[in-house]
Amino acid sequence: MEPGEIHALLGENGAGKSTLMNVLYGLYQPDEGEILVDGKPLKLKGPSDAIGAGIGMVHQHFMLVPVFTVTENIMLGAEQIRGGIAGFLDRRRARREVTEVSERYNLRVDPDAVIEDLPVGIQQRVEIVKALTRDVDLLILDEPTAVLTPQETEELLTVMRSLKAAGKSIVFITHKLGEVKAIADRITVIRRGKTVGTASPEASRDELAALMVGRNVRLTVDKTPATPGEPVLEVAGLVVDDDRQIRAVDGVDLTVRAGEVLGVAGVQGNGQTELIEAIMGLRPALAGTISLAGDRINGWKPKKVLRAGVGYVPEDRSVDGLIKEFTVAENLVLDIYDRPPFGAGLALKPDAIAASAKERIEQFDVRTSSAEAAVGTLSGGNQQKVIVARELSRPLKLFIAAQPTRGVDVGSIEFIHSQVIRERDIGTAVLVVSSELDEVIGLADRIAVMYRGRIIGIVGPDTPREEIGLLMAGISPDAAHDAIAAPAADKPGATTADSPGVADGSPASDAGSASEDEA
Amino acid sequence: MTNPNPQSGSPDKEPASEAQAAQNALGNTERAEVATEPDRSVAKPGPEPEPKPSLGRLFLDNLWAANTFTVTLLSLVLAIVVGAVLMIISDPDVLSTYSYITSRPSDAINSSWTLVSEAYANLFKGSIFDPEAFSGWLNGANGWQAVLAPISETLTYAAPLVFTGLSVALAFRGGLFNIGAQGQATIGVIMAALAGFLLPLPPGLHLLVAVLAGALGGAIWGFIPGILKARAGAHEVINTIMLNYVATYFLTWLIVQNGVQDPNRTDAISKAVDSSAQLPRLLGDNLRVHAGILLAVLATWAVAWLLNRSTLGFELRAVGANPDAARTAGISVTRTYILIMVFAGILAGLGGSNMVLGSTASALTPLVVAQIGFDGILVALLGRVKPWGVLLAALLFGALQAGGNRMQSYSGISLELVTVLQALIVIFIAAPALVKAIFQLRAARAARLQTSLAKGW
Repeated sequence: MEPGEIHALLGENGAGKSTLMNVLYGLYQPDEGEILVDGKPLKLKGPSDAIGAGIGMVHQHFMLVPVFTVTENIMLGAEQIRGGIAGFLDRRRARREVTEVSERYNLRVDPDAVIEDLPVGIQQRVEIVKALTRDVDLLILDEPTAVLTPQETEELLTVMRSLKAAGKSIVFITHKLGEVKAIADRITVIRRGKTVGTASPEASRDELAALMVGRNVRLTVDKTPATPGEPVLEVAGLVVDDDRQIRAVDGVDLTVRAGEVLGVAGVQGNGQTELIEAIMGLRPALAGTISLAGDRINGWKPKKVLRAGVGYVPEDRSVDGLIKEFTVAENLVLDIYDRPPFGAGLALKPDAIAASAKERIEQFDVRTSSAEAAVGTLSGGNQQKVIVARELSRPLKLFIAAQPTRGVDVGSIEFIHSQVIRERDIGTAVLVVSSELDEVIGLADRIAVMYRGRIIGIVGPDTPREEIGLLMAGISPDAAHDAIAAPAADKPGATTADSPGVADGSPASDAGSASEDEA
Repeated sequence: MTNPNPQSGSPDKEPASEAQAAQNALGNTERAEVATEPDRSVAKPGPEPEPKPSLGRLFLDNLWAANTFTVTLLSLVLAIVVGAVLMIISDPDVLSTYSYITSRPSDAINSSWTLVSEAYANLFKGSIFDPEAFSGWLNGANGWQAVLAPISETLTYAAPLVFTGLSVALAFRGGLFNIGAQGQATIGVIMAALAGFLLPLPPGLHLLVAVLAGALGGAIWGFIPGILKARAGAHEVINTIMLNYVATYFLTWLIVQNGVQDPNRTDAISKAVDSSAQLPRLLGDNLRVHAGILLAVLATWAVAWLLNRSTLGFELRAVGANPDAARTAGISVTRTYILIMVFAGILAGLGGSNMVLGSTASALTPLVVAQIGFDGILVALLGRVKPWGVLLAALLFGALQAGGNRMQSYSGISLELVTVLQALIVIFIAAPALVKAIFQLRAARAARLQTSLAKGW
């Protein structure tokens, strides 16, 4: 690493990127080899050593206390104390420090805001400020864009550039090729725990992807035009609350036809999760109707919905999709264990379960040492394949896939996408929800954009990315269209106009006001 | 700059792959075997060629089993050592020899050794095998019953513990911490006893009805926290603890009521259970072992089948391991919670029936259920919440109880020491990392084990 360099670390899930960086940050101990900082070998016993050596890290999952303020979170672990032995916390000094750092690097955060009230993008900024107040020279960002909207990602890249200008080095861990090409000075590709090559950002996406998975991959989804049939899923006027009794879905109308893929795009937390849980019977619908092939399924239990021919890939596989302690074979029958041939009366049929597991492991290319291995020992991509295999192995009318490729390596993404399209082609209605815009564009025949619990627009798959991106930020279809149609020269102006407003929280409203300015 | 003995991985990190896990584990056995010698073992470098998956899996399973077995055994050893120290400290005569240990160390050592070895010998003779009784039988001095008496005692004490241990273990596998086995057993003992002396039924049927009554009582007492958990989200730990009190004091009240209390007695004791409702003795009237132990083995088999080979067990394990995923897959979590608690209650209730229909007692007294519910928690943990493990753990606890009686009468060691020993064993087992640290074993699996035991909370 050079000073003032952005070094991208690219690799599939499970390639060892995060492990490497955790070693660098002192969370894990190396078995062999050494770390050199300024030519000197470094022994790290824990994160505090790493911070002492000028290494800071922003984790994939933020390490913030939700009910603390920004200042309190930043001082956590390095509390400023005044009053000698009495040991009062010096909030004022910490607050001053936060303001100073955030101004110096143009990272606007409100030091008194409570973390849980802040949007994800700002929380991430708090993490960065936290690292910077520790006076680090090297900042590790572990998959920082996984949770961000396209606009927030753009802002993060701007922040990274300004940090680079200030002479900080950044290690940027990701598996998104576009961002790497946009920002990195140097790219190291890791595969199965080994460096397989370094590349310059000029390398093409295909080259990088091939380096990552070790073979050529298709990044676009091959598919023929859809031949939509009868409506299978019809949702009308659906209203659903989230866990905190706050309205999450606010009057959604949707139709998914047999043989088509309806993609739901949107930044996470705009009601997509609740919409799908309501369809699956996991969450009560407060108003509106949901019907499946003509039957009203409101108030059905999940089991009945599943039995009626709905396949469901939940968005969080480790929480809702799989039981990690269970074997691959058991997970493959998780929702049909009591049906013939797997169960008869009270008894399970282990032989039938094992036989079908063997078949499906082969058919869906699940890489596992055996069907009896605990599913938790598999990589993310293979875990996801287990879920997809389970859901696609019974006759379906409707297939719902939420974030089907989150945290999944490129090779598995390709496979899962092809399976989704295959299911569509045999006449199943498919509903795909994803916060990855590329995925929605690649898979969907129609794209519904969800914003604050409503479908803000339904567009075709050929709609420009930027337009969908603006829809995702809550700008109505017409305004979005205008904004894109505006002369290209105005665009840089629009992005700069964005940044000052962001401090008060909502990137969406900023983008909105920006586009209004233009209008 | 090469480390002669590189670590094969940080202990609290999950192995990334099967192969790596196998390799880690391989490292462990080598270390374990040479642990007593100076540590010169060098972890095998380079990746091992992986054996056939089935073989590798088999190897891993055996190793894993051996690993917990080793820890269990070492925990026993540690508990015995600590127990020995306690015996020495609590014996004034032996302790006084330590005041002049520098001038005559042999006194202290000899007296300590005599005390401890005799106490443990009596523990063994009282629970498993008494060589004197054996030679007495060969000489014709006593009958064969005396030879089997220790085992008979062990089995008698173990039988109810198997039931309560299974009760706690079953709930644990379903993600619930059943502290209420005591209360469920108490209601079970009440129902069994009432059926045993109030219903005039023919032999055989009477026993069956009494046993089932006990199971029903436990089921009711398990159902209450189950439905409260499922419908109202009330935590089962708190509710089962509270219901323990309710059950205990209900028993105390019930015993002195008209129609229940023995009319010939003024103290708190109920009428005796009819002989037609008593579990038959297996080895004649002189030995206490009764059919309860057979029921216990049957129950162990049934629970093992239920857990591993039934759809209900699948649901139960799924809910226990990940209720969110279970719910998403269409399993009714609330229904499963209720069922788990009902089954746990049935098992504990059967344990309670054993206490009054077997040979331990034939009438209700305030202390008729002893501590079987709470001991059941320890038995379940010691048995690694696996049915057959619970059976073995209950046998061990039964043996400690049986041997403890003899230890008390022959060596004058207080019976409470047995309770201390039981507690120590469980503490050491719950902290495998500690045991492995003491014996310098690598603690690769320790973290995982601990979390599995702590998960009920």
